[in-house]
Amino acid sequence: MSSKTIKVDYLARVEGEGALYIRIKDDRVTQVQLKIFEPPRFFEAFLQGRKYTEAPDITARICGICPVAYQMSSVHALEQILGLKVAGPLRELRRLIYCGEWIESHGLHVYMLHAPDFLGYADAIQMARDYPEAVKRGLKLKQIGNELVALVGGREIHPINVRVGGFYSVPRKKDLVPMVEKLKWARDAALETVRWVSTFNFPPVEPEYEFVSLRHPQEYPFNEGRLVSNKGLDIAVDDFEAHFEEEHVPYTTALHSILKARGAYYVGPMARYNNNFDLLPPAVQAAAQEAGLTSFCCNPFQSIIIRSIEILYACEESLRIIDQYEQPERPYLEAEPRAGIGHGISEAPRGSLYHRYRIDDQGVIQEAKIVPPTSQNQKTVESDLYQVAVQNLHLPEDQLTWICEQAIRNYDPCISCSVHFLKLHLERR
Amino acid sequence: MRGPYDLSLVEGSITTPHDMARIQKIRRASKFLVAIGACATAGGIQALRNFTQVEKYIPLVYARPEYIHTLEKSSPIAGQVAVDFELRGCPINKTQLLELVSAFLQGRRPNIHPYSVCWECKMRGNICVMVAHGIPCLGPVTHAGCGALCPTYHRGCYGCFGPKETPNPASLSARLRVLGVPEDDLVRLYRTFNAEAEPFRQESTVHE
Ligand code: SF4
Ligand code: SF4
Ligand code: NI
Repeated sequence: MSSKTIKVDYLARVEGEGALYIRIKDDRVTQVQLKIFEPPRFFEAFLQGRKYTEAPDITARICGICPVAYQMSSVHALEQILGLKVAGPLRELRRLIYCGEWIESHGLHVYMLHAPDFLGYADAIQMARDYPEAVKRGLKLKQIGNELVALVGGREIHPINVRVGGFYSVPRKKDLVPMVEKLKWARDAALETVRWVSTFNFPPVEPEYEFVSLRHPQEYPFNEGRLVSNKGLDIAVDDFEAHFEEEHVPYTTALHSILKARGAYYVGPMARYNNNFDLLPPAVQAAAQEAGLTSFCCNPFQSIIIRSIEILYACEESLRIIDQYEQPERPYLEAEPRAGIGHGISEAPRGSLYHRYRIDDQGVIQEAKIVPPTSQNQKTVESDLYQVAVQNLHLPEDQLTWICEQAIRNYDPCISCSVHFLKLHLERR
Repeated sequence: MRGPYDLSLVEGSITTPHDMARIQKIRRASKFLVAIGACATAGGIQALRNFTQVEKYIPLVYARPEYIHTLEKSSPIAGQVAVDFELRGCPINKTQLLELVSAFLQGRRPNIHPYSVCWECKMRGNICVMVAHGIPCLGPVTHAGCGALCPTYHRGCYGCFGPKETPNPASLSARLRVLGVPEDDLVRLYRTFNAEAEPFRQESTVHE
């Protein structure tokens, strides 16, 4: 009888810290555990007793990689309570700042974190020796995403300009125009990215997933729409908690979210793509087809192509927004606080991000709930890992570890935004 | 952790017994230790727990509180070990970080000033949002470093860089009261991302 444990304590190239345990006994995978750990941060509790106006600033601090997502989900949930409907150029500016975050976050992941897996390098620095142009292109793409966030939000990390009702101040048309040249470069670079990553080798796996994302009748989703899936889910954002629940698992620091009816599900770029392919502009659809994709993809390793497609989309969309932009008269809408409950889902780079707030008639937050994409994907990541381990059991340990880590990075897990951090409990046997 | 290191940059606050042990090791292995960011210099947003009992928070978020190990308080690095320099901000300013590292390499003091956001605001030629529009602003007591970003975007500073050197928050609070800021809002203003920094901590308790 032989028994071994593969243990990776610090997952390289994942935002934050994580650990992975796979237990193998007599050539059988007996246990897979993905552990995410960091000290508890209690954001939901911190929000209690704060003014609703502080929510976008406080929740931005949950994550330095995707602060815009937190700001967007929070303002939309709170505006629902106040009866505000942000439309026109203010709504467009929100899509624009979100485009910046997608470009920046996807650019970082595709080039610096995920591509080295496919090309056999330990990290992007090693990869840069043989692929200097690619690494430069990735860094510049990320930089342009950052600039876009800073232009609309004041700075790239924890933007200061987002508020309930709109923005503290809005850019003039001439402030946005200098981005056009850069975004055109980025659009070309994104197209090159799509072509480049489509030449990688993808393990031939196609698990059955339930893909969950927003869907809006007219546009590829950022901030609005219904929550849908390829298995018939089609609900208002308000009904999220009637269909999903979170369970607290002892070994991990994140709460696992599941669909009450069917269990594990998948959020993120691949879910958005599969649920909204028809809403991508023709040029972006064509790039996907040229890269060998159809309108539906369920190979998690190919998520790197879809992330690149979304960079391309975000560049196209930013160019469209800037082209049509006219500075609104007022930077924000105002309303008196009133008691109520509001829900918001927006599409963070890593998938749907749910917020719910209950406030009183003074605008003080009584209760807050936040379900980030990483905790929604956790269960799916574990089942992928189980499959990958079973299929590759014959490989030497270092190669098996490599492909398991790669399978985790398919999801671009943002550990700093798992929100619910618990201290790790080590289990030794 | 190997080492020794010439320069260690530490971010994050101390919130678990494991953190406490780790920071001691880092201190021993480092010639210069610099705390960067609001978490490391002022306990960060997690320090909000210091104003309540942490056991009250855990069941609010986690269904199985028995799995969580955490300290009563979130404390800045300087609360645990000696720190050679502190770089403020939530987030830090990257130009300041570059200046810090260059200064270290050249063996000089970093050219990073402890004056207020107001100072930067004047330098930038902004119209004061507090004087002109009556918008509450923490600029007078907040450490410079962001280039007076918020006033430039027509909003009041909310103190994300923490207190400047020798601030006078009591006098600012008096002014804010005149502008109509209620007491409970004053508590919130001083208690965000640098709540454990002494001048902010103390001023927040005055208005409780
Ligand atoms: S706007 Fe704020 S930071 Fe600027 S001068 Fe006035 S009080 Fe100071
Ligand atoms: S003005 Fe104040 S709150 Fe705004 S970025 Fe600067 S220090 Fe932070
Ligand atoms: Ni994140």
